[in-house]
Amino acid sequence: MTVDADGAVTAPGTPAGLDRPPGPRTETIQLLTPEGERVEHPDYPLELTDDEIKDLYRDLVLVRRIDTEAIALQRQGELGIWASLLGQEAAQVGSGRALGPRDMAFPTYREHGVAWCRGLDPTRLLELFRGVSHGGWDPAAHKFHLYTIVIGSQTLHATGYAMGIQRDGAVGEDGEAAIVYFGDGATSQGDVNEAFIWASVFNAPIVFFCQNNQWAISEPLERQSRIPLYKRASGFGFPGLRVDGNDVLACLAVTRKAMQAAREGQGPTLIEAFTYRMGAHTTTDDPTRYRLASELQAWKLKDPIERVKAYLVRTGAADAAFLEGVDAEADDLGGRVRQACLEMPDPQPLAIFENVYAGPNALLDAEREQYAAYLDSFTGEEAR
Amino acid sequence: MAELTYRQAVAAALAQEMARDDRVVLLGEDVASGGVFKTTGGLRERFGADRVWDTPISEQAIAGAAMGAAMAGLRPVAEIMFADFYATCWDQVANEIAKVRYMTGGQVSLPLVLRGANGSGGLGFGSQHGQSVENWAMTVPGLKIASPAGPAEAFGLLAAAIRDDDPVVVFEHKALYGRKEAMPDTGPDGEHVLPLGQARTVRAGRDVTLVGLSITVGTCLAAADELAAEGIEAEVIDLRTLVPLDAAAVLSSVARTGRLVVAEENPGQLGWGASIAAIAAQEAFGDLAAPVTRVSGGNVPLPVAASLEAEVDVSVSRIAGAVRGVLGASRPLSSTG
Repeated sequence: MTVDADGAVTAPGTPAGLDRPPGPRTETIQLLTPEGERVEHPDYPLELTDDEIKDLYRDLVLVRRIDTEAIALQRQGELGIWASLLGQEAAQVGSGRALGPRDMAFPTYREHGVAWCRGLDPTRLLELFRGVSHGGWDPAAHKFHLYTIVIGSQTLHATGYAMGIQRDGAVGEDGEAAIVYFGDGATSQGDVNEAFIWASVFNAPIVFFCQNNQWAISEPLERQSRIPLYKRASGFGFPGLRVDGNDVLACLAVTRKAMQAAREGQGPTLIEAFTYRMGAHTTTDDPTRYRLASELQAWKLKDPIERVKAYLVRTGAADAAFLEGVDAEADDLGGRVRQACLEMPDPQPLAIFENVYAGPNALLDAEREQYAAYLDSFTGEEAR
Repeated sequence: MAELTYRQAVAAALAQEMARDDRVVLLGEDVASGGVFKTTGGLRERFGADRVWDTPISEQAIAGAAMGAAMAGLRPVAEIMFADFYATCWDQVANEIAKVRYMTGGQVSLPLVLRGANGSGGLGFGSQHGQSVENWAMTVPGLKIASPAGPAEAFGLLAAAIRDDDPVVVFEHKALYGRKEAMPDTGPDGEHVLPLGQARTVRAGRDVTLVGLSITVGTCLAAADELAAEGIEAEVIDLRTLVPLDAAAVLSSVARTGRLVVAEENPGQLGWGASIAAIAAQEAFGDLAAPVTRVSGGNVPLPVAASLEAEVDVSVSRIAGAVRGVLGASRPLSSTG
């Protein structure tokens, strides 16, 4: 399968009708080419200092390192599963760094880079994948909801949250907004389409950030859509745009602008970050069974980190010491993540009964008592 | 307090809570114009469009957005027009809303209410609009479930549900909406709130315990009247809520009567009455003089024809018949107490 610049899908044996003329030419917003050349876009001026770009580079390297460590931990049996963000670092860091402290983010299970930008200790992410908690961080404290694993459900939570912002009158000059992450596969879910409708008719302060990584497990984009995903927004009545999802500068610029529009009361925007899932869907998946090595090779040339590095080196903004320093920091982080993972305590057995309801519940309390008595029947180190 | 119909009591409870707490918002289909069952009349006029949200026709979004709005600090009351439509939003209700407190380790509360019209009751709404589906909700830990049997309960339980910090599903009975009764005396603050998890003994009796919920409470009372003419005194318990469940009220009644008949409108297979029966069998075995008996809706989709619906629904004669059977099957309890 190929997707050309217009998003038109061409593949042998595609259903009749797919060869109809595409709509207006697709524009992909890009501010940094794969070769590391800085390009300007009239609608997305972006003034960043060298230090700010170096910070973004650091973010990208560190979140990839977290990912690499987590995959290794899974392979060694220390995590049950891991959903790799490899290849999507720029989409996540660029959009994540565009958020204000009061903006609320609703992730899928792959948004490790956004979590990083929200100040969440990456070791917390591993709790879910190691199976010791569902995440357990305070979504309100980090303005970052728990990972949502049911595909697309979080788009409705974000929409409702955005309506809550509206109800509180927190839209305007000093407003706040919600951002929700989802993938190309999720665009086929009813929830996502309902969220588009609601956000549109209520003019909710929300940004829909779709990372189109081309694959929904083994299903290619052509199984989800006959038009470029960002063009769907026009049918729902709000703007949509496509950004180079491997370009951290462009992702930052378009998300900043869309979030600001939402905060000011201009309603939703759909951002399609055109990227590629370089790894497997999760560690249980083997993508070589369904996609071509040549496709992966082509995307390797568009790597989100290499282009920033090329820019920094060529412009002299970063020297070898800086790059080595980031690598060393990444290794330290990887080591810290590993250590924390191995040291995670298993939850206490009676935690089963906690937080089902806010207060006491007679039947549940009886079950808990019974179980506590059972645990107490053991002696010595077996006891709870 | 005035006499109110069940539907007026719903609207009055919503008004009471919306006046008390400006974080309470109402959302759903047609709620601004008063609702298709006229349970939200006057609220849009009184509280404005930013607190009464008419929504697109998408139940999954109603439930999902209610969750998001609760996360943003509101206390949403979401109307699911017909309880049958929980099937169209069950992911949000069962997989998301019910589990947020648990999955966040208690750090996020969802103080929200899902409410709407449940049950059949001779209205001919058919298989997809007339079901009684409390048992669906009862399969999902994390949800609380209230099912009011009359106007005063419709008022008080809804008010309590709105004040509760957990998600509560309130099943209003569409065949009771026109029922009228005087509201009870209110407390010093002039508010009417009934605690969740407290059953009510609506009729005292020594021979058998009848347990009902929502519309079957009235059916149990009518059966008790019929049985009284035969010298059989039935005690009738209105559960009011399934979660929390006031099992103690049932067990203490059974300890006195020795016999239990449970009347539930939903189909018998995995109906809520099975839970009551199981608890009684385990906790009150020594008190029971006869097998616990369940009277339930049929294990069929609800027919649309009135004559057939009446056969499927729980009726006075089926409850009375069950009681006679239970009395006939009773064993002496002298050895066990």
